[in-house]
Amino acid sequence: MKERDDDRIKTSLQQAFPPLDEEPARDLWPAVLRRMDAQPAMQPWFDWALLAALVGVAALFPSAIPVVLYYL
Amino acid sequence: MPGIVESRVDQGETRDFLLAFRHGDRDAFEWLFRQHQRTVYGWILRIVCNPATAEDLTVETFWRIHQAHARFNPALGFEGWSRRIATRAALDWLRSTHRETASRDELADDLAARSAGDPAISAEIRRKTAQALQSLLPKLRIVAVLVLIEEEPHREIAAALGLSIAAVKVRAFRAVRRLRRNLEEQGIKP
Repeated sequence: MKERDDDRIKTSLQQAFPPLDEEPARDLWPAVLRRMDAQPAMQPWFDWALLAALVGVAALFPSAIPVVLYYL
Repeated sequence: MPGIVESRVDQGETRDFLLAFRHGDRDAFEWLFRQHQRTVYGWILRIVCNPATAEDLTVETFWRIHQAHARFNPALGFEGWSRRIATRAALDWLRSTHRETASRDELADDLAARSAGDPAISAEIRRKTAQALQSLLPKLRIVAVLVLIEEEPHREIAAALGLSIAAVKVRAFRAVRRLRRNLEEQGIKP
């Protein structure tokens, strides 16, 4: 019964997501070259602030670490 | 430059290309790009289900590959390594869009509008199914797409995600349970 339910979910998803053409519509090499030649992006200050906040929470509430890891 | 690349291909010196890439040779990198871009694009497309996004992430993946060239181990092969980097890039994208409800709705609408699906399935059901999938946590969504839609072998998914096969099965089980619950809440009995 459960396996049949799982198969129905699988069928619903496969019907909702038809296969796509697995060939890029354009040559991506020029875009790769532009990306390689571009200046590396600056790390946004918000990322560092978020990291500091996470470290602070982990230090103050060690029991919260598994919860944070689950949502990563 | 294409002439140089073509003559090297004729020599069939894959190993030399891999070693040259490891040392930062741009021609070798282009050769590897040409050999693997379709595979990488196809893998990412299966995860994100959007051609434009898959193109952007393919560029991002090959940029990351180039950045990491010194850490590449030719003995372990390029395909598995590139697939892991592609999976990481796709997962980062899923995480960044997971919080954006508007972006999720846009993707669901885009999917519903596609005409290539089963004609017996209404656009509304496709939209709701897409929304249910996109409501999953990214780490469950990526497994759901690869296990349920693409039916990729558990072993390959585990290798791409850096997980054990058992962990992939557990995530697939959780994803199915949440999908069923979400669809039932939307009035669809799968």
